Amino acid sequence: MTDTVPNLTPEQLDTFGRELDAIRQRALDDLGERDLDYIRRIIRVQRGLEVTGRGLMFASFIPPAWLAGVTALSLSKILDNMEIGHNVMHGQYDWTGDPALSGHGFEWDTTCPSDQWRHSHNYMHHTHTNIIGKDRDLGYGILRMSEEQRWNPYYLGNPVYAVLLAVFFEWGVAMHDLEVEGLASGDVDWGEKRDLLAGIWRKASRQVLKDYVLFPVLAGPQAPLVLAGNATANIVRNLWTFTIIFCGHFPSGVVEFSEEATAEETRGEWYFRQLLGSANLTGSKLFHIMAGNLSHQIEHHLFPDIPAHRYGEIAVEVSELCARFGIPYNSGPLGKQFGSVVKKICRLALPDRLRGVARAKPANAPNAPTAPVQPEPVLVAA
Amino acid sequence: MYTETSTTHPNSRRPFVPFRSRRLGHRILGSGLIDALAAPHGVDRYLELIRPGWSINELRAEITAVHHPAPDSVTLTLRPNHVWRGFNAGQFVRCTVEIDGVKRARCYSPASSAHRRDGLIELTARAHPEGLVSRFLHGHAAPGMVVGLEQAAGDFVLPSERPERIALISGGSGITPVMSMLRTLLDEGYRGDVTFLHYARTPDRVPYGRELAAIAAQAANVSVAFAYTRGAGVDGALEGHFCSDHLRALAPDSHTFVCGPPGLIEAVRAAGDPERVYSESFLPPALTIDTGDAVGAVSFARSGLDAPNTGATLLEQAEAAGLKPAHGCRMGICHTCTCRKIAGSVRHVVTGEITSADDVDIQICVSVPTGSVALDL
Repeated sequence: MTDTVPNLTPEQLDTFGRELDAIRQRALDDLGERDLDYIRRIIRVQRGLEVTGRGLMFASFIPPAWLAGVTALSLSKILDNMEIGHNVMHGQYDWTGDPALSGHGFEWDTTCPSDQWRHSHNYMHHTHTNIIGKDRDLGYGILRMSEEQRWNPYYLGNPVYAVLLAVFFEWGVAMHDLEVEGLASGDVDWGEKRDLLAGIWRKASRQVLKDYVLFPVLAGPQAPLVLAGNATANIVRNLWTFTIIFCGHFPSGVVEFSEEATAEETRGEWYFRQLLGSANLTGSKLFHIMAGNLSHQIEHHLFPDIPAHRYGEIAVEVSELCARFGIPYNSGPLGKQFGSVVKKICRLALPDRLRGVARAKPANAPNAPTAPVQPEPVLVAA
Repeated sequence: MYTETSTTHPNSRRPFVPFRSRRLGHRILGSGLIDALAAPHGVDRYLELIRPGWSINELRAEITAVHHPAPDSVTLTLRPNHVWRGFNAGQFVRCTVEIDGVKRARCYSPASSAHRRDGLIELTARAHPEGLVSRFLHGHAAPGMVVGLEQAAGDFVLPSERPERIALISGGSGITPVMSMLRTLLDEGYRGDVTFLHYARTPDRVPYGRELAAIAAQAANVSVAFAYTRGAGVDGALEGHFCSDHLRALAPDSHTFVCGPPGLIEAVRAAGDPERVYSESFLPPALTIDTGDAVGAVSFARSGLDAPNTGATLLEQAEAAGLKPAHGCRMGICHTCTCRKIAGSVRHVVTGEITSADDVDIQICVSVPTGSVALDL
């Protein structure tokens, strides 16, 4: 199946952009107590799960208590990272004026310092979404996630690196801005990254102290069980966040873009790229909450600073708009979307000629003069 | 006359911290160990979920009583938590309430004595028709509600060595800081002469009227007079705006404290020795006029720079002034450039929305000043 990208005229793209602006404005005008009540309820649940989980682990000599404790703490960390941390740090609740919900002040329960996250994610990833060479979320500098990344023997380990990244995802995210691959190749100077390293050290050492020293020590003879429980909760959270996040931009059908083609984007074209560069997950309300509503990745990329619990409502309007303009709206259940991500990770481990695929055309040649940023779909799903 | 209503919270005497021994509780909860265990959110983010007023590091207060001393006024009695350091009579506090999900802050001068033994403070607000916060407090404040506070500030205070003669002059809601001065002086057993002169439109708009009359009757060294600008012929009251006749009794060496509208302050200054007149102006919120022209100046408070407003976005103006503010997308999506606006009003270039409240965060890459603006940059 070859993904087709519709040809929209500049006028159509303008109209499309204006309609999305109108959806955005309607949501902004409606912000109020409902949004604040929602996020405070989630925070209450998260803090409750955290205290319960850590408390139960102190009773680890009863095996079910340990298991229940790990479950509660894992859920707490997932909520803290996704529905609360990720979304609050996007500035989704800045309008409340509440310092506890300030996008600039919030710090989350992971090893990644929030200020570095805001740079690598809110700015770099959300502004340059799926632009090869600019969006470092395309493979995180470790994986080959696009045909556009030239194959070399290192990538034979693609599936192994992916599993390691999934297990230690919070560390991968913490080191995102360091550009480790650039440091290794000598392209990036360690001196430039000294401040970032100091920041990661400050944040990560507090996290390690809390999860792997203080809480275990307080548990006395059960220290090893508490340590193991905290490590498990961190890994469960890592695996879950990796899964959801990789389903946001890497399932089959998602389009990549070149720097050249996206150099002078209009607002409509920017929206168009965000839409084609993201994919949604379908599921229950609870699933969406546990996914931090990043299961509505398309809506999140169109409106990153609108409270995420509204994405479900907004998705109805967005998908209807896409249908009207003939724009594909990439959405599917977790199994299907993640399956296609796994397939892509394995497939791209192999050199192109072994797979009988000719190197795809670079995505910088507009194929229609009427649409200046008309992207070439560079991924041809198997 | 007006009717006075009052409600008192049944639990208002309950201690405001979760431990019987407050000091021990604070020491434990404020310890480095608890801070490390509660990282990265901090202990307050857990305590406040148990009870909204509980906090180790943040100043908050619980409303313990609500009165309506005049039809358009509301008097709140507040119990600040242990972070509160007290105030000097005449100072103001910044008080934050949440209205439809948005935190709004306004400054109020406590009217209570600075020496109140129970540690409570009393704020009186007049509900202006356009006053979002004052109307909210008038209509919705209830015992048990928790509000945010900041430590008291302001230079409008009595000299620590109390002068021998004091005149306290107020207009409208400017009565609160001078009421606090009067109550504080009485609590100190002040022996000097106090003249209290208050201006209101009509008698029914005077909060503390009865208490002032009672004080005048009891304390030989305190004389109280009211002046009504629209209530001619009230027994024993003066008429019209301030003039030197109203203060015939005032001795030339008296120290005068005046709080109210700018006109009153100017008149008092003109009549007295400017060296001995201390004043604080209570201004209605400034109107926002968006002319579309670039007027006024932009001041970058942290850097101490000022530049005329060019009409460009604040990010561009900051960069033109030689600053390097943090920024990212330059299109209003990533919130990297979010910055505190201290004063002034700005227009969002995409939505056209005007933001005029002081001390709020704005995205400077999509904000243009509609007049003079001060930024914390």
